Amino acid sequence: MTLSPETYDELRQIAARYPEPRSGLLPMLHLVQSAQGRVTPEGIEACAEVLGLTPAEVSGVATFYTMYKRRPVGDYHVGVCTNTLCAVMGGDAIFERLKDHLDVGNDETTPDAPGRRSITLEHVECNAACDYAPVMMVNWEFMDNMTPESAVRLVDDLRSGAEVRSTRGPRVVTWRQAERVLAGFPDDLADEGPSAGPASLAGLELARERGWSAPDAPEEDR
Amino acid sequence: MTDTLTPVLTANWADERSWTLASYESSGGYRALDTALAMTPDAVIAAVKDSGLRGRGGAGFPTGMKWGFIPQDNPKPKYLVVNADESEPGTCKDIPLMMASPHTLVEGVIISSYAIRANQAFIYVRGEVLHVIRRVQRAVQEAYLSGHLGKNIHGSGYDLDIVVHAGAGAYICGEETALLEGLEGRRGQPRLRPPFPAVAGLYASPTVINNVESIASVPSIIGRGADWFASMGTEKSQGFGIFSLSGHVRRPGQYEAPLGTTLRTLIDLAGGVREGHELKFWTPGGSSTPLLTAEHLDVPLDFEGVGAAGSMLGTRALQIFDDTVCVVRATLRWTEFYKHESCGKCTPCREGTWWLVQVLTALERGQGREEDLELLLDQCDNILGRSFCALADGAVSPITSSIKHFRDEYVAHLTHGGCPFDPAAATLFAPAGATA
Repeated sequence: MTLSPETYDELRQIAARYPEPRSGLLPMLHLVQSAQGRVTPEGIEACAEVLGLTPAEVSGVATFYTMYKRRPVGDYHVGVCTNTLCAVMGGDAIFERLKDHLDVGNDETTPDAPGRRSITLEHVECNAACDYAPVMMVNWEFMDNMTPESAVRLVDDLRSGAEVRSTRGPRVVTWRQAERVLAGFPDDLADEGPSAGPASLAGLELARERGWSAPDAPEEDR
Repeated sequence: MTDTLTPVLTANWADERSWTLASYESSGGYRALDTALAMTPDAVIAAVKDSGLRGRGGAGFPTGMKWGFIPQDNPKPKYLVVNADESEPGTCKDIPLMMASPHTLVEGVIISSYAIRANQAFIYVRGEVLHVIRRVQRAVQEAYLSGHLGKNIHGSGYDLDIVVHAGAGAYICGEETALLEGLEGRRGQPRLRPPFPAVAGLYASPTVINNVESIASVPSIIGRGADWFASMGTEKSQGFGIFSLSGHVRRPGQYEAPLGTTLRTLIDLAGGVREGHELKFWTPGGSSTPLLTAEHLDVPLDFEGVGAAGSMLGTRALQIFDDTVCVVRATLRWTEFYKHESCGKCTPCREGTWWLVQVLTALERGQGREEDLELLLDQCDNILGRSFCALADGAVSPITSSIKHFRDEYVAHLTHGGCPFDPAAATLFAPAGATA
């Protein structure tokens, strides 16, 4: 599959957002992944051409960042946090269970099967949701407070094509659709999902119960 | 006497559709922007200086002073860059803030950009938080449509554009000069300083880089006054901050309190440590801040108090580990993280973190020798302070502090021939019969 003229146009649009076009390279590589399912040699050359860089310069950037994948990613990217806190709280057990259940290793993808969606499984680093540990991510949407059992149900639902919702976000889109949002082309799902999960509100709710607040400001009465 | 909890940044998080412009404006949002635009930029900087606000991204540098370093006689454009690359293990405050109330950040960006006389700002959000990016993108779009952004904001003659920029998975880009490299479309490797970003930052132009929570605090300071802000907190650590409790407490979550509160208070608010267990060790501000123990429950959680206790306030990322957790396992996992995230630029960090993992792995398996503890400390000594950026310093924090507080536990791995702990006992779904 070759990059379409529309994708080339969008690559140029990204570069044009910035005072210096090269600043667009990270989102441009996200767009390449959205269009082609990974960072392809063709995508690298397209970015290089749009930005007036060499493919080696673009490649050097693409290989630095872990979200860029050189091998095809499945329909869904499933991440399990195994940084210390999530690992201790159960992330290690979840990751082991999923490797066994999906019969893949870290950063591997389930084989294509008729009527089944594919999953790329990866252990990820801290995703800034420690108060919801153990945490998983599906296409970088939060899946909070997981257990080995809920993790298995989650991946089974993803594989069968059932609708899956993030605990703090919308229904899960495909990895390639998600990459397009990261490239700066919104998908209009911002209004889905809650304002905050329960842990985010723990202190606020306690303060309300006990009548605690920040001091009044003198200016507020003006 | 200030209340125990002081919700300001978190105050609207439970509001109906709190992320929308309508909700934010209905609770007074964007009024501080009018106040700011009626002031001179220098007066805004002075107010932030007077408030005592210190950087909420971990380093605690006075925000107003940072703004004051921007050379206004430099003819190049000035830039504001928001560091929304929240990735320090344990840190989880900016992400819920941007999800629940992205307009607080956007209003802060506009006021801060006005103060430093920037007409272009960037919000660099880590790429791994899709829905947060959606909410920030939408907030920026709404702000443009209602005249809070773009040309002639609120009729003031001031212009500002904001670009929301998604990162691509690199802890190091939380380091401000590595972030600038990423934002310039390069590998995220830190720059040598000087020159500091205030003089030569993005595109070698004067640049302020601030954490999300710092910038989000600015509207409240301008709206309610520097004195109001400074009335909270302690003498040298003024104001409030979001304290993030995670791990083995009954109600983990975000607790916004005056700086100087204690872990004893916060754990009490969070319902205590997991039933039947005791606090063993904790991080005050993410994994890069040296571990503390139950001895330190009453340390004031401000920059000075935690410093005096031998650690750092950092990002107020309080990761709580109870007595079921093996400190060697925890330390090894953090060390593997630093090895993975080392950008490779400086030899002590690139090679050193690799060797730390080798030695720690052997110790954890009970295959090392007691002398390896001295070897580890010697390695740490050859890494600390010998690299461009603080990643290397952070990498040795868990090791040196865990050996300091729990040397016996390392030795126990050697005498036991492996880890004496049952990892299942530490999980939230610990089966019956699993014991520490």
